[in-house]
Amino acid sequence: MSTASHTHVSGALDDHGHAEAHDHHGPPAGFTRWMYTTNHKDIGTMYLWFAFFMFLLGGTMALGIRAELFKPGLQFFDPEFFNSLTTVHGLVMVFGAIMPAFVGFANWLVPLQIGSADMAFPRMNNWSFWLLIPAALLLIGSFFVPGGAAASGWTLYPPLVIQQGISVDMTILAVHILGASSIMGSINIITTILNMRAPGMTLMKMPLFVWTWLITAYLLIAVMPVLAGAVTMLLTDRHFGTSFFNAAGGGDPTMFLHIFWFFGHPEVYIMILPAFGIISQILPAFARKPLFGYASMVYATASIAILSFIVWGHHMFTVGMPAAGNLFFMYATMLIAVPTGVKVFNWIATMWKGEMTFETPMLFAIGFLCLFTIGGFSGLVLAIVPVDITLHNTYYVVAHFHYVLVSGALFAIIAGIYFWLPKWSGKMYNEGLGKLHFWLSMIGFNLAFFPQHFLGLAGMPRRIPDYALQFAEWNMWSSIGAFIFGFSQLIFLYNVIATIRSGKPAEQKQWEGADSLEWTHLPTPMPYHTFVTPPIVR
Amino acid sequence: MNAAVQLENRRLMGKLLVIAVGMLGFGFAMVPMYRQICQAIGLDSTRVVAASTNTQVDASREVTVELLASSAGLPWRFEALDRAVKLHPGELVSVRYRVVNTLGREVTARARMNTAPEAAERYIAKQECFCFSNQTFAAGETREMPVVFRVLTDAPRDLSTISLSYTFFEVPAKSG
Repeated sequence: MSTASHTHVSGALDDHGHAEAHDHHGPPAGFTRWMYTTNHKDIGTMYLWFAFFMFLLGGTMALGIRAELFKPGLQFFDPEFFNSLTTVHGLVMVFGAIMPAFVGFANWLVPLQIGSADMAFPRMNNWSFWLLIPAALLLIGSFFVPGGAAASGWTLYPPLVIQQGISVDMTILAVHILGASSIMGSINIITTILNMRAPGMTLMKMPLFVWTWLITAYLLIAVMPVLAGAVTMLLTDRHFGTSFFNAAGGGDPTMFLHIFWFFGHPEVYIMILPAFGIISQILPAFARKPLFGYASMVYATASIAILSFIVWGHHMFTVGMPAAGNLFFMYATMLIAVPTGVKVFNWIATMWKGEMTFETPMLFAIGFLCLFTIGGFSGLVLAIVPVDITLHNTYYVVAHFHYVLVSGALFAIIAGIYFWLPKWSGKMYNEGLGKLHFWLSMIGFNLAFFPQHFLGLAGMPRRIPDYALQFAEWNMWSSIGAFIFGFSQLIFLYNVIATIRSGKPAEQKQWEGADSLEWTHLPTPMPYHTFVTPPIVR
Repeated sequence: MNAAVQLENRRLMGKLLVIAVGMLGFGFAMVPMYRQICQAIGLDSTRVVAASTNTQVDASREVTVELLASSAGLPWRFEALDRAVKLHPGELVSVRYRVVNTLGREVTARARMNTAPEAAERYIAKQECFCFSNQTFAAGETREMPVVFRVLTDAPRDLSTISLSYTFFEVPAKSG
């Protein structure tokens, strides 16, 4: 931001190891660099590019869905393929885009922010990334096998999923591989955070991004194996004669819902807690004030994580649970609004009377704050049992979870990329294009998803390729918004590539208010190896 | 990274792997756990509701059916095990009769049903009855025989008591 800040902190630059010869060795050239790399920065970069590719792929499927829904009647796809589009769009965005993007951030930032040279298990880190590729190929390839890709919705509910063709087996295998990758990544992150912090970096001094990832990694270790178990049961029901969920053999299809959502609800927080961490780094930097209520932020994150294990029933209010069960899940769900509210109020208090400037990362962070809160409120509406019973499986639910996942998780990821790209690449992005990207995203997103609340309240069911005429108007607007949102992401792609190729050099401390170790202790551009000798944190 | 940290890292990885494997087992354990817990605290109430009520029963009124037994020219023991049953029209009821063949020879006999009031007979629908065919009893045999029947729902509302009577007649051995 300012040259003054550059000179101000340059005295704190990391000069450890500058005399050592290996500090000057860069990465080897060519493809093998990426194949064999154990460097946390390289692996973080690969995760982020992988996530971006999957994001564009899943986004293309979303635009296919919106094109079909632009007007009533069947225009482009037959209904079976439409169902495959919604299913794989969901799986790709959850497991291919949002989760790997956050793991990419963790790889880049966790070692830098705690003053460690690398992750605890660099070789395993490489492996967890490269496992993603076969999983993605299985998911994408399932479109080209007889019967088409899985069409049961991303939740893979039986009995539909037990009856479909070989594509479901490919999907199940992909989920297994992604789960293994996530568990390895999580073990790596937890071990790095707990064992490899620089001297003086106590747990309660860690930046909030590190805290949220520590808690997220524990959630992943606890629930990814449960998902692996659930899809394994689907697999044995399909091929090996078991009847976990097959009613004809004495099984119970609603059992799958219970097991899936025991994974599924913590999974929702896996996708939002790191976003909370990123936002908690960005808002103080641009408000030029320390984060308000740091300790309460840590405890709120932990409370959300713990509560996430006892609310899975709110995804299945309509399966016929007894009233006592429905009420328990309703009250437990509403309880989560308390720690979440603590966080939102803390963010607002951080901005209060701050000397704010509105560069692109801050715009996306404020966009996150406003829109995520809308998504949180529609979540509270859906937590009310009698309301949910009428809104279940309508577009109201679709609107709700896109407000928390797109304008929540994704906006935080975009904000984080704009925020850290100058540090990572050593070059500054184009601020004008960034702001254009923000405003087009903001308009496109709200135009796409806000009307879906109205559609849901009017009773339009989700996962259908055709609809009654009274829904036509809002669907048209929603599709227009989706196309604006989708194509404005190409501005983002262009901006990132242009920055890396030919951006102006960035400053060592690009953002005046940023105070974590990567800004205060490391030069820009960063050397390939950082904190070979750990910094002393006071 | 020095050797001590590396050792610590490996130990922590071991612990975390134990959690992961444990949770995989927990995922499978959830299947029997859900069944046991729901049965133990009666939370699978939906299934009970689905199985019970029969809409073809008229629960608004009760009919008493008195059970009588007699034999014509057969000096053996024939009796109803229940004196009377109370039932709702439409409800399927099972009662039992007993024959003790005290005659010291094989007997083939046929039972005939009649009711009082006589007009009530057309409102009784039998699903299973020993009166449908000839019964052969060995000397000294004791046999319990069920009658499964219901009172039709279109029976008049003032028909509150029906006497259901069976009478055994011996079938002559050579009569065919």
